[in-house]
Amino acid sequence: MAEEPIAVELAKKQKEIGVAEFFSRNRHLLGFDNKKKALMTTIKEAVDNSLDACEEASVLPEVSVEVIDMGNDRFRVIVEDNGPGIVKKQIPHIFARLLYGSKFFKLSQSRGQQGIGISASVLYSQLTTGKPAKITSRISPKHPANYYELKIDIQNNRPDIIREEIVEWQKDHGTKVELELEGSYTLGPQSIDAYLKQTAIVNPHVTVIYTNPKAEQIIFPKATDIMPKKPVEIKPHPYGIELGILMDMLKFTEARTLQSFLMNEFSRVGISTAKEICENSALLPNTKPKEITREMAEKLIQGIAKTKIISPPTDCISPIGYELLEKGLKKEVNAEFYTAVTRMPSVYRGNPFIIEAGIAYGGEQNAEETVRLLRFANRVPLLYQQGACAVTKAAIQTDWRSYGLSQSQSSLPAGPCTIVVHICSVWVPFTSESKEAIAHYPEIIKEIKLALQECGRQLGMYIRKKKKVQYESKKRGYIETYIPYIGEALQELLKVKESDRKNVENLLLQILEKTRGELGAVEMENVEYDEEFAKIGKGEEDEETE
Amino acid sequence: MKKQSDVLSGIKDIATGVYNTILKRKQPELKMPLRALANVKYDPKEGYFELLGKMKGRTLTAGTVKTFAQTLKMMSLSKNLVETDDIASKREAYYISKNWGPARFNEQPDSDAVMDDIEAMMMVNREQIGFIPEEKGGEIAGKLIVIDKDRDTGKELRIDCTKFGSGAYSIPISVEDLKFETDAKFILAIETAGMFQRLVKHNYWKKSNCILVSMGGVPTRACRRFIRRLADIKKIPVYVFTDGDPYGFGSIYRTLKAGSGNAAHINKYFCVPQAQFIGITPQDIVDYQLPTHPLKDVDIKKIKDLIKNDPFIKHYRPWQKALEQMAKMKVRAEQQALAKHGLNFVISDYLPKKLADQKSWLP
Repeated sequence: MAEEPIAVELAKKQKEIGVAEFFSRNRHLLGFDNKKKALMTTIKEAVDNSLDACEEASVLPEVSVEVIDMGNDRFRVIVEDNGPGIVKKQIPHIFARLLYGSKFFKLSQSRGQQGIGISASVLYSQLTTGKPAKITSRISPKHPANYYELKIDIQNNRPDIIREEIVEWQKDHGTKVELELEGSYTLGPQSIDAYLKQTAIVNPHVTVIYTNPKAEQIIFPKATDIMPKKPVEIKPHPYGIELGILMDMLKFTEARTLQSFLMNEFSRVGISTAKEICENSALLPNTKPKEITREMAEKLIQGIAKTKIISPPTDCISPIGYELLEKGLKKEVNAEFYTAVTRMPSVYRGNPFIIEAGIAYGGEQNAEETVRLLRFANRVPLLYQQGACAVTKAAIQTDWRSYGLSQSQSSLPAGPCTIVVHICSVWVPFTSESKEAIAHYPEIIKEIKLALQECGRQLGMYIRKKKKVQYESKKRGYIETYIPYIGEALQELLKVKESDRKNVENLLLQILEKTRGELGAVEMENVEYDEEFAKIGKGEEDEETE
Repeated sequence: MKKQSDVLSGIKDIATGVYNTILKRKQPELKMPLRALANVKYDPKEGYFELLGKMKGRTLTAGTVKTFAQTLKMMSLSKNLVETDDIASKREAYYISKNWGPARFNEQPDSDAVMDDIEAMMMVNREQIGFIPEEKGGEIAGKLIVIDKDRDTGKELRIDCTKFGSGAYSIPISVEDLKFETDAKFILAIETAGMFQRLVKHNYWKKSNCILVSMGGVPTRACRRFIRRLADIKKIPVYVFTDGDPYGFGSIYRTLKAGSGNAAHINKYFCVPQAQFIGITPQDIVDYQLPTHPLKDVDIKKIKDLIKNDPFIKHYRPWQKALEQMAKMKVRAEQQALAKHGLNFVISDYLPKKLADQKSWLP
């Protein structure tokens, strides 16, 4: 019997890999590397979703987070918000289907981007405990509250509805997610407590009610009633578009000519720019988009590169603002000096972004250690992979020595200092799906450096002033030490009366005080500082590494 | 030179100035000439370094308060010394400052510097304000009678410098009131004590009817003033005999003849413009085939510095030529190198020959 070629045998095993199946084996890609991180990521995804939903609906977010220790490394996580809720038929898809959502398809500043997060948590919960996710959601008082128990059909990436019913719920609108999963709870800089606290710092409009596994309740009340400016959805900018995406867009567009396609589907393309692009690509403006081949699409990309197009609109992003950033820092760190800056918008690969940075210096911070670096992207704290992040790289490349901090080569500066960097963009480029570090785009690193330098200059001025004041106050004692000897010598030389000697000494003190300059007051009172607040998430550091 | 009463009123004037400025609620300032070669010019007519106008001011500020206090305290000490006709050595003054609490001096160079400042401020010699140096003033042997006073009785003391045998008369710190009797034909100022000893031992002064002075390196102010007064009063020429090296030319001879940068404010009195250099010149090294030592880096640097920056050397072309010649030869020779031709060669041949041949001197 003639043997079949081996490839035929192999072909029997070759089949499509389900996306859910893929992630069930590669959970580290989504931030579920270990028990501790899994618990953290689950809460982060749920809270990010809640905040995005509330902001989209212009509701001041009020999020309750409850973590219950079930023993044996199992935890129940309940996250409940006052958001707009989810319509009944979408609930199973949003929670029990990977890569399903709205955020991926639009360019708008939001916390979530891909539509993986919460469904990945559901998947992880299911894999580690076998229990379904329990979802309750209501869209208005006129509508009932829907309750679902959901699992993911891993092979087909489809929701598996275990239970479905209408329930009584005291909330007018909102969503509640309940998951049970394997995890581990610790304190320290990468803890849930730290994450929620930092979230509160950069989201002053948010109220978070947190019940930790020790059943202690911590409330982070909102600091303002003003919602952040609502991010605007924008169309992609021609710069930075990739070939595959361009071809997809050409395939699905409703435009009938290349010119109208360019004008309708991209931002900053008017009639003259569209014509210029066509000319630079050697394509006719009335070509039908569906007839454009791969070769022609490639020409189009080259044509775009040759055309001068104004930068994308930047009103679509909403920074925290330097005042609120500084206020947040004051709440967290009891320092002597604070400064913060919001940069002008800039663009990387056609995506507008804004960098904000802040520094808290001195006070109760340790002067010997490396500075504390807090990173945020679209108002979400980044707790892991500091070393791989563009923020870290930019901070290392900044020359802090000229601003009064010590710094050895290719490392972060050392000193009693906390540095905050926030990047907001319609599309934050993370190095991986777990959204822990920002990719090293030169434009982004440059902007971060400029923001840090701006803060650094303020810091440098403060440190120099402080040194001067210390020097001056040293001198004050110095003056007082030697003036009596001038008085004594003059008395000996001129035989003046004792009262004259005293008079001369007093006058000398006045003269020298005047020439020495005022003993400037650098003490800064920090009324924002909240000791209890600052303590949250500190405590025992955990040994576990990333 | 200024009298004692002038010195006292000078100190008072400065103190009053400071006092009144303070009463006007202004920062007092002490002004003094800048004492450095950069602030002197060589005046060939007068024959010494004269001060240019550059002044150094010490304004009372938070930074200068300590030195300011120390300067005034030192002035007070000086006033006290002058009033009681006492003296304090530089080192004693330093120890006296130990009573001034935190205003005391930590090191003697600090107190010496303040002393120099006061001296310059008042344009006087430090001896006049009651401070004396530690260094020895120089020694004399030969045809000279110095007339001094007995400290107790005030009677005249006649000191015959021919009668010290193999020893010598020491120049005192203050020479201003000394009188002289002599019929010597010239004064010979010698750099090293060794050469001085040789000439004394063989009664060279008797043979050539002269006065021998041992400077022992760079002549002190007292030594310079002694030679100057003696030469002026008795109108006798002064010849200088040093090692043949940049130090002998630029530091010893030049300071004796024209004064120093540091004492620029009083060079007028502490210089000997009539001095002439008889040896050892670079040409002597060639003519007498003297044993030599190679020049060190510091020597070459000193030669360059002299040619470039010293106002005295810059004025005299023959000196520049001699220094350039030495730089080219890259060697130096000591006075005692003459012993190569016999121990008494210096007396029997070298000095008579040199003194007779004015062309072999340097200005």
